[in-house]
Amino acid sequence: MQQNDIKFLEDIFKRYYFDHFDLIHTPDRIPEREFGFQKFSSGMIRHISLKDDKDLHLLLIKKIPSDVYCSCACYSFPSLSMREKDLKDADLIFDIDAKDLNLDCRKSHTVSVCHDCSGVSAGNCCTACNSTRLESMSLPCRDCIAASKIQVRNLAAILTQDLGVDPKDIHVYFSGNEGFHVHVYNSQFQDVGSRERSELVDYLTLTGSIPETFGMKKNKTKRNMLPDFNDRGWKGRFAREVYGSKSRQSKTISGLLEGGYSSFQHTMTDVAGKIGIRVDPGVTMDIHRIFRLPGSLNSKSGLAKVLCRDLDSFNPYVEASFLSEQTIEVDASCPIMFRLNNRKFGPYQDDTVTVPAYAAAYMICKKLAKIHK
Amino acid sequence: MLALGQDEIAKYPFLADAGQYLKDKGFRLEQFGTDPDLKMLVDRAFERIKVSTEGQVYKSDLTDGQASSDAVLPREVFSFLLAIVLLKMCGMPTLIRRFALAEARRAEGYLERDLVNTTDQSKKELAIRIIDDLFSVRVKKQDDFFVMPISDYLKRAVKFHEREWKLVNRHVDGGMVFLSPHETVRVIRKELGIYISSKINNAKTPDMMPGFEEHVRILADISKKFAAPVMPSGEYPPCIKHAIDTLEKGENLPHSGRFMLATFLFARGQTIEQIAPLFKNAPDYNEKITLYQLGHLSGSSGSGTKYICPSCDKLRTQSLCFATSECNGIITPMQFGRKA
Repeated sequence: MQQNDIKFLEDIFKRYYFDHFDLIHTPDRIPEREFGFQKFSSGMIRHISLKDDKDLHLLLIKKIPSDVYCSCACYSFPSLSMREKDLKDADLIFDIDAKDLNLDCRKSHTVSVCHDCSGVSAGNCCTACNSTRLESMSLPCRDCIAASKIQVRNLAAILTQDLGVDPKDIHVYFSGNEGFHVHVYNSQFQDVGSRERSELVDYLTLTGSIPETFGMKKNKTKRNMLPDFNDRGWKGRFAREVYGSKSRQSKTISGLLEGGYSSFQHTMTDVAGKIGIRVDPGVTMDIHRIFRLPGSLNSKSGLAKVLCRDLDSFNPYVEASFLSEQTIEVDASCPIMFRLNNRKFGPYQDDTVTVPAYAAAYMICKKLAKIHK
Repeated sequence: MLALGQDEIAKYPFLADAGQYLKDKGFRLEQFGTDPDLKMLVDRAFERIKVSTEGQVYKSDLTDGQASSDAVLPREVFSFLLAIVLLKMCGMPTLIRRFALAEARRAEGYLERDLVNTTDQSKKELAIRIIDDLFSVRVKKQDDFFVMPISDYLKRAVKFHEREWKLVNRHVDGGMVFLSPHETVRVIRKELGIYISSKINNAKTPDMMPGFEEHVRILADISKKFAAPVMPSGEYPPCIKHAIDTLEKGENLPHSGRFMLATFLFARGQTIEQIAPLFKNAPDYNEKITLYQLGHLSGSSGSGTKYICPSCDKLRTQSLCFATSECNGIITPMQFGRKA
């Protein structure tokens, strides 16, 4: 990113932190958390401890970070090195990203940005310099957000029904870019380690299940052993997905019994792909992770990570867009149309255009525009 | 400490205070080596250890958890306590581990029977209290099942490698895991073993005394057979091959895949200089960052922590596992191709 692009982003990010500190959701037990941040022009700085939200405000205004992170874990000594921190416990966190949902629409709003010449192309090779060192850049569409919301709703249902989490302890945030972050506070899982969390991920994603769990045995499986439409937990979800309707249960069970054990395994794999929750395993398993701070801006988009009070009606392209309306001239190579604050922008093919700062920031963060010199 | 009746001490002898028990019964340790009537208890203790080295569980004289005669009870307890004496004299950790595991399995049988006991409620309550007091697992009876919080279950079950123990293969509802009595005690077997091991390890080592030497010598011989050499082969497991192929094709390997590959190769003795070129084709390759990260993983820079290759379970979760039939039975890529 060029210097004047960085300066532009730093100026409007600073303004945001100045005007909207009320949106920053400072977590409980601030002194026990590890904070970290990145600047537009440098790497990650972490192992920071803060006393209270005033300290946090000061950090945001003074350092003007591109991204701010806070640990899901609480430590006795959050500013010491990892092995000396002395972990106490950690909130359970989940990352649901549209890019992991393999949606058909994705191709239509994804482009490649060349590492070598910054050119924007559609394929696997830069049309300007033939380089193959490309970075994929996506401008998620409404379908991406809608599909991510379904995942969040399904996740919340399993967390409450199966894992016994109190709904009031589940906080859903728009990640600021392509999906949602789900934070679970005060659950029975606060003090479980990475391996246990990995098991929770496998549970949610329906990974590693065996036919016997659903009543199918290698020999002598009886009809009544297979899941019923009204069963609770994964058995019921499996039944509803595979049978389709209660009236088709009996016929489908006959088919499953006829297909036998190995065919049932294939059915299970298919079902896991369809109804398993697509959470990023690495995020949930990593108890030492510093996770994007709620209310902070995401440098991949200029949008904020905001709490979704009503997930159904939530529109990230309105409710997470807080940057200035002031207009600025940019050179844009953004071949994809996008909407922000109920306004339509693009597509732009190497055009010099005057747009509001929030739209300029969105394109610059996506590496699809530069401040016009 | 739980208040136990005589029958309970025989079933769960590891809960007794060994020194106190001997004192209460009016015996000194030396007597067991010299008194012909007591010597048979040392022989029995030796047998109790020996069966554990054969992977068997000591067959008790108790019938349905009850002593059939007055003599049986002390015999059960003494043979356990004298087995500890023999193990301490021998000093071989491998024998202690095997003995502790076998004793845990023996106790598991009694715990299970006590849990399903429908005639004597106090036995069921005692079994639940043993599980709660010793291992902090909150078990409750619910209909035909025993239920425990998922977090308590997971802390133990993650150490089991059979797929049936994965949470996804359990009946889960409302934050609880539903288990049969057998499964309930199986969940705490390892801790029972660790508890018994720690009891043995914390016991004072007595001086060798007449009447014990021959048994100790034989136990030392038995322990030698457990040291089997392991020969690693040079073949890479499919997950590592896949990671290398991905990089060679210039495709993106996720961070977790790079972590797996580097830690695996470090463990196989490769150096930073040998590993770094593998990442050259990565779309976001940056030599400086690669060398920094490899240095960090190897422990030569940063906190000095040497990171280890993730387990197969973890790799499955991360979609990095491409198991073939040759992977059968391994729990980490490091075990691939090893022959005992």
